[in-house]
Amino acid sequence: MSRHWRSWLLWGVLSAALAGVFAAGLTVDSAQGSSWRAEVRSLFLPGATSHGHYQIELKCNACHGAAFGGREALQEACVKCHGAELKAADDKHPKSKFTDPRNADRAALLDATQCVTCHVEHRPGITRFAGVTLSDDYCAICHRDIGKDRPTHQGLAFTTCASSGCHNFHDNRALYEDFLLKHAAEPALLEQPALPERNFAKVLEDLGSYPHDRYPVKPLGRDAIDAGSNLKAPAPVVDDWLATAHAKAGVNCSACHREKEPAGEHAWVERPSHKVCTTCHEPEVKGFLAGKHGMRLVQDLEPMRPALARLPMKHDAGDKPLTCIACHGAHRFDTRAAAVEGCLACHDDTHSRAFKASLHYALWQKESKGELPAGSGVSCTTCHMPRVSHRTPDDVTRILVQHNQNDTLRPNEKMIRSACLHCHGLQFSLDALAEPKLAAANFKGQPAKRIESIDMAKRAEARAEGSRRKAKDRGQGG
Amino acid sequence: MKPMNPLIRPLVAGGIALAALTAAAAEAPSGWSYKEIADALHAIMESDRTVYTRNVVNRLQNEEKVIKASEHWKDDKALPLPAQMFRYGAEMVAEKNAGFTYSLLSLWPVNKQNAAKTAVEKEGLEAVAKSGQPYYKEETLGGKKYYTAVYPDKAVAKACIACHNDHKDTPRRDFKMGDVMGGVVLRIPMK
Repeated sequence: MSRHWRSWLLWGVLSAALAGVFAAGLTVDSAQGSSWRAEVRSLFLPGATSHGHYQIELKCNACHGAAFGGREALQEACVKCHGAELKAADDKHPKSKFTDPRNADRAALLDATQCVTCHVEHRPGITRFAGVTLSDDYCAICHRDIGKDRPTHQGLAFTTCASSGCHNFHDNRALYEDFLLKHAAEPALLEQPALPERNFAKVLEDLGSYPHDRYPVKPLGRDAIDAGSNLKAPAPVVDDWLATAHAKAGVNCSACHREKEPAGEHAWVERPSHKVCTTCHEPEVKGFLAGKHGMRLVQDLEPMRPALARLPMKHDAGDKPLTCIACHGAHRFDTRAAAVEGCLACHDDTHSRAFKASLHYALWQKESKGELPAGSGVSCTTCHMPRVSHRTPDDVTRILVQHNQNDTLRPNEKMIRSACLHCHGLQFSLDALAEPKLAAANFKGQPAKRIESIDMAKRAEARAEGSRRKAKDRGQGG
Repeated sequence: MKPMNPLIRPLVAGGIALAALTAAAAEAPSGWSYKEIADALHAIMESDRTVYTRNVVNRLQNEEKVIKASEHWKDDKALPLPAQMFRYGAEMVAEKNAGFTYSLLSLWPVNKQNAAKTAVEKEGLEAVAKSGQPYYKEETLGGKKYYTAVYPDKAVAKACIACHNDHKDTPRRDFKMGDVMGGVVLRIPMK
């Protein structure tokens, strides 16, 4: 009898302990790093997440905000992070297209009011390019008769719709017919290839959000530094700072090292976070937080480290926490170093390793030596973090660096407008981006195949011209 | 009866007033037929659309020639086309879940997605093209019943016909001023 009782007690204790372990994993606030609670929490994952979300997969409520919120709560979470980007991309399939009653029959087949209809998470077995979990013929659900409206599309297989250089479900800003025609005659290399210049210094005076009162724009010297006893002399950081745009523009030590506390006092902070950078560089930080480098910070997780990445990274960089200074280097803030060495210090895939043998890098080196004018070299960031036009809330147009490296990838045609077309013609860009081998070799070489999009647009235009002529001959066309 | 606590009195009074107001708000539409609601909404749409087409696009593009209107208005730094202006408004209304939807359709659409799709749309667009008068019918889509009104959309300015007769994707190039070029299709879900 007593043995029987002891077995039950043991069973009870073990069950309680097991339940406790699972509860600890489930309720941990920020599952991260190698804590055992994170390990336990990972047991709850219903399947590995996609490349887009694996960094935050243990922060369940990043997507599953409300425990029983259903599809709506999930959709809200998608829009919270991806909504602005879709809006900026002139999304060709917005929700309103599918809530329109006239499309009820189509929405019944493809309910694209919900992101998860096409992008299901935790399903690695069926997750394909760009996190799509539908079968390849999804365009045909609504557009199977496209050949009737567009003779150029007759007989095309459904696998060609979303192939490189043709159509994307969301972003077609570089692929619409009139855009193809407008850029049809461009040579592979433009006569005057050049990148737009950043204009922060030029528009500083117009920025209402800039702390003009505390840090008026004027060059500062060694004697002006306001770090006081917080700076342990002699410090090489002073020399680094003196060489920067910060020192030239009046950005003193305290601008970054003193953060406002809730009480209103500014306390000295030895290692400022990205939050302090937003004081002057808000759109840049916003981009950084929206991309793979900063997305964990938005979820209050520890910064991303290369060791956690799914792409090949250099071993010695594994533990580097990705904050602003990981690439920009505190005090020096050398943007040229950030644009190449910032990336190559960690990234170790074929494309990255091929960069220094590329023509793009040769141009970059010539520009660095002063042999070519500013804006003629090509760094990693020229394509992956391009200079884009940004309108501030006070209606100032800034040319700044898009720090969200996802903004120009998956599909890579997203970089045509913001990167390729500054130097190359559209046909060449379409052809080059469509060849994975060429991309892997960092575009050393020439594209072998011609993408037909522009030719098709020209054929459609010629057909329209014929129809216009006929109408004119008939005396129509008031 | 026990006198009411002075703190509770205003609350009760407010509650009664709120109940009365709510009842009034709920009752108001019952005096309106679906047709009247549709006509009222369309009156706003048609007026705004005409003002934009005549006083903005036609005046600035065709008469004063100071700015162009373009389908790719962002890239071309131009005015949005009147049809786009209308569609963006319709999309915004849809995003707000305003309870009704509307779109601009045609038997001769430049964008093929704006061709008649449902039986009522086909019937309605043909009817308004012939008569120039609105057309009303109930229809069931996706298991829900709608009151559908189709209003003729006429060429009110040179800009309308010049663009449609010349557009690459137009199936018809002989529109004249005053022609019915398509129709505004407005749907109100029926209770």
